[in-house]
Amino acid sequence: MNKPVRRIAIFCGLLVLALLLRDNWLQFVQADELKTNKHNHRVAIARYSQPRGNIIVDGQEVTGSVETNGIDYKYKRTYKNGEMWAPVTGYTSQVFDASQLEKLYDRVLTGDDDKLFFNRTVDMITGKGQKGGDVITTLNAKAQEAAFKGLGDKRGAVAALDPRTGKILALASTPSYDPSKIAGANDSAAWTALEKDKNQPMLNRALRATYPPGSTFKVVTAAAALENGLYTDPDQKTDSPLPWKLPDTVTELGNENNIPCKDVSMREALRMSCNTVFGKISADLGNDKMMKQAQKFGFNNEVLTPVRAEKSVYPKDNRPQNAMDGIGQASNRATPLQMAMVVSAIANNGKLMEPYMVDKVRAPNLNVIETHQPKQMSQALSAQNAQKVQSMMETVVESGTGKSAQIDGVTVGGKTGTAQHGVDNSGKPYAWFISYAKTDNGSPVAVAVVVEGDDKTARDDVAGGALAAPIAKNVMEAVLKTSK
Amino acid sequence: MSAMPSMPSMPGFANTTTISTVGPPSRRNTELALLAFAVIIPCFAYANVGLALSGEMPSGMLGYGLGLGLLAGVGHLVIRKFAKYADPLLLPMATLLNGLGLVLIWRLDQSPRLANLAKNQGFKYIASAPNQLMYSALGIGLFVAVVIFLKDHRILQRYTYISMAVALALLIAPVFFPAKFGARIWITLPGLGSIQPGEFAKIILAIFFAGYLMVKRDALALASRRFMGLYLPRGRDLGPILAVWAFSILILVFETDLGTSLLFFGMFVVMLYVATERTSWIVFGLLMSAGGAVGVATFEPHVQARVNAWLDPFGGWGKSAASEQISQALMAFGSGGVFGSGWGQGYSDLIGFAANSDFILGTVGEELGLAGTMGILMIYAIIVERGVRTALAARDPFGKLLACGLSAAFGIQVFVVAGGVMGLIPLTGMTLPFMAAGGSSVIANWALIAILIKISDTARRPAPAPAPSPDAEMTQVVRP
Repeated sequence: MNKPVRRIAIFCGLLVLALLLRDNWLQFVQADELKTNKHNHRVAIARYSQPRGNIIVDGQEVTGSVETNGIDYKYKRTYKNGEMWAPVTGYTSQVFDASQLEKLYDRVLTGDDDKLFFNRTVDMITGKGQKGGDVITTLNAKAQEAAFKGLGDKRGAVAALDPRTGKILALASTPSYDPSKIAGANDSAAWTALEKDKNQPMLNRALRATYPPGSTFKVVTAAAALENGLYTDPDQKTDSPLPWKLPDTVTELGNENNIPCKDVSMREALRMSCNTVFGKISADLGNDKMMKQAQKFGFNNEVLTPVRAEKSVYPKDNRPQNAMDGIGQASNRATPLQMAMVVSAIANNGKLMEPYMVDKVRAPNLNVIETHQPKQMSQALSAQNAQKVQSMMETVVESGTGKSAQIDGVTVGGKTGTAQHGVDNSGKPYAWFISYAKTDNGSPVAVAVVVEGDDKTARDDVAGGALAAPIAKNVMEAVLKTSK
Repeated sequence: MSAMPSMPSMPGFANTTTISTVGPPSRRNTELALLAFAVIIPCFAYANVGLALSGEMPSGMLGYGLGLGLLAGVGHLVIRKFAKYADPLLLPMATLLNGLGLVLIWRLDQSPRLANLAKNQGFKYIASAPNQLMYSALGIGLFVAVVIFLKDHRILQRYTYISMAVALALLIAPVFFPAKFGARIWITLPGLGSIQPGEFAKIILAIFFAGYLMVKRDALALASRRFMGLYLPRGRDLGPILAVWAFSILILVFETDLGTSLLFFGMFVVMLYVATERTSWIVFGLLMSAGGAVGVATFEPHVQARVNAWLDPFGGWGKSAASEQISQALMAFGSGGVFGSGWGQGYSDLIGFAANSDFILGTVGEELGLAGTMGILMIYAIIVERGVRTALAARDPFGKLLACGLSAAFGIQVFVVAGGVMGLIPLTGMTLPFMAAGGSSVIANWALIAILIKISDTARRPAPAPAPSPDAEMTQVVRP
């Protein structure tokens, strides 16, 4: 009887061996995968088991942490002026994960980042709890406030850059949401309400919404004309018949209010916002050249600020569509950030700096562990041509459609836009304004504003000059005041 | 069974024993030394949990240490007196598992998450550790009683058919009580709590199988036809195995408990194989159990849900509680990694329901890591190995069958529950012996260890000294 007993021993040994192998598979081979599984609650528990590091604007924290009595989480995220800063910070929720800076810098903010390894080890040895690092942003609190208050209860967005470095100074989007309200463990109702809201408060319009750029795109067309040598001087007469039919069609392209656009110079055309002149420039240059110029300004590429900005597009188009693209009224679309990049390249004498919003990352002991170095993205146009476009844009503000953006004692250049959209332009128009201010030290601010018209706004009234320009002006003034 | 003095040169297979008046060492002091570790290790673990959870030594430290030490000490003294030659590893290993189990249960008692879960489901939250300590004491009490009053394990042979009747009654009884958590494996006594009779039936059935097979083994083994290299039993000899198979399928259907069914059938096949030495029984057994399991799984929704949860644990997240629970267990194991989070520092309470019973290995996995889990599994392996060794050493076929059956059942139970929790096989509602919270399990397993101790004592006990003969040299006798 001993032979089968020995075999049973071997059988039991095999059972144990199977368990051991399975255990090694789970706890060694698959351990990391299981540890970070999206259903693994431990990730969120760890995230909130110590006060989270903060996101800092102008030396002030715009976030905070509060101790809760929850079973799962010791701390909860709080936000100061959450609605205003939400497009920058994003949110971090005990239930709904996180977004934007809160998500991208999660490991710094929780203190788990490899760069904080030394701090963590010291804290562990000295018996202190783990602490999170801080994320210091490039934003300008006054500019952000001007942008957010300027948009008010209208739907719209503002993006402001420092053209010299690419620092993002303001990034507002309305209607917004208060991330404090979805930070806790029992905020599902608030979350569902936000998700279902028709106004999409959680959409970051400054980075993630693309709009038809309308007449503001004419500065890109003007830059393309200069860069490609179609015209060499802003005051040179252009070859612009009126009326003018779109190429290959019998459709006449109209100008607003019958303005005298026949053969006017580019400066005049931009001042009055002539559709025919820029439509024809775009048609003369052709789709390839126009697309190339747009791409130099950053179109057709995602931008990581490091928060991802939606790709703005200038597509391959047929000739009539391409002509319409030249006045921003066809299939080309841009985010507010993209239009701010266009102005900033022009204001910075053609040099396009890569936009960014995180300046430094700081350890809990205030040591800086990471600093962002400004990077040039491209030379969008030559310095000479950039100055020519600047002079045209300054004319627009001095005596054209952008008068409401004038600031005493400061040179301001800008361009208005009123983008029609929808079938037969039935949608509510978008009011655009893009501008920059210039001082002796170059241009410290470039801004793009878009305001979505609503039912109460009369269509004619939604010219960019009336709705969007005052906001841009306030943002520029805020930056100028604080940079003095 | 011939004693041939000319064959002592076959090492390993020839059962030669040199009989002398000087017996083999009793190894009681080894046992005592191991037992000291088996008490001290859980005490450290207990202190560790207290320090991790609240930063101070747990208040019950002294009482717990003394209690466990006292229980182990009583067990040891009784063995020293009544089973002097018993296997020295069984008691310390069982004590260690029982002690660690108590710490784990106490640790999960401290979890506010589990308390909250109970509250939300409308239960009153009751700490399980004090009960478990009481059950452990009862278990050791039963252990002591068995060691003292079971003078010789062969007495059990007399109760073969009574055992059968009792085991059947125990197995059938839960059918008349309401199902709990999807399985009918409990007898609920109002005011007293509930008993899992299957745990006791395991031992009593082993006694029945051992007694029955000892008598019938020749008929089962010899009367057979050879077919394709296998000895096929005669049709009428298939009766018993078919009956047991049918019975375990019935358990599966009426009690919707895959684990118990698998355990009993597995134990029967093992003992049948040992009794008859016919591989064909294993083949039959595997085919029948596979067929039965697949058949039942296709129409029993409770079993089906568990099979689905096994095949794709994360796929059923949010849809099936079974999937979610097994996913939580897998994540507990994964989050523990190689070294674990440390006592009291894991989040295995996320497993929720049954975290301290069926799923207790998940807490081991997370807090003690791969290293600790393998250690625990190895302790189980040692208990099984000592049991099988006892079977090898036993001198009577009944003892051999019983020891082998009990240890294999123990091993299969550990495999079924640990494999289920680790996602190796579909989960079945079974308790991890000695560690999981549950009175029936702890008490029954102490009785199982007591029987193995008695068999090993008989096996290792030197034969009575031959009558002294003044002119005889030491005589060598070869025994089967």
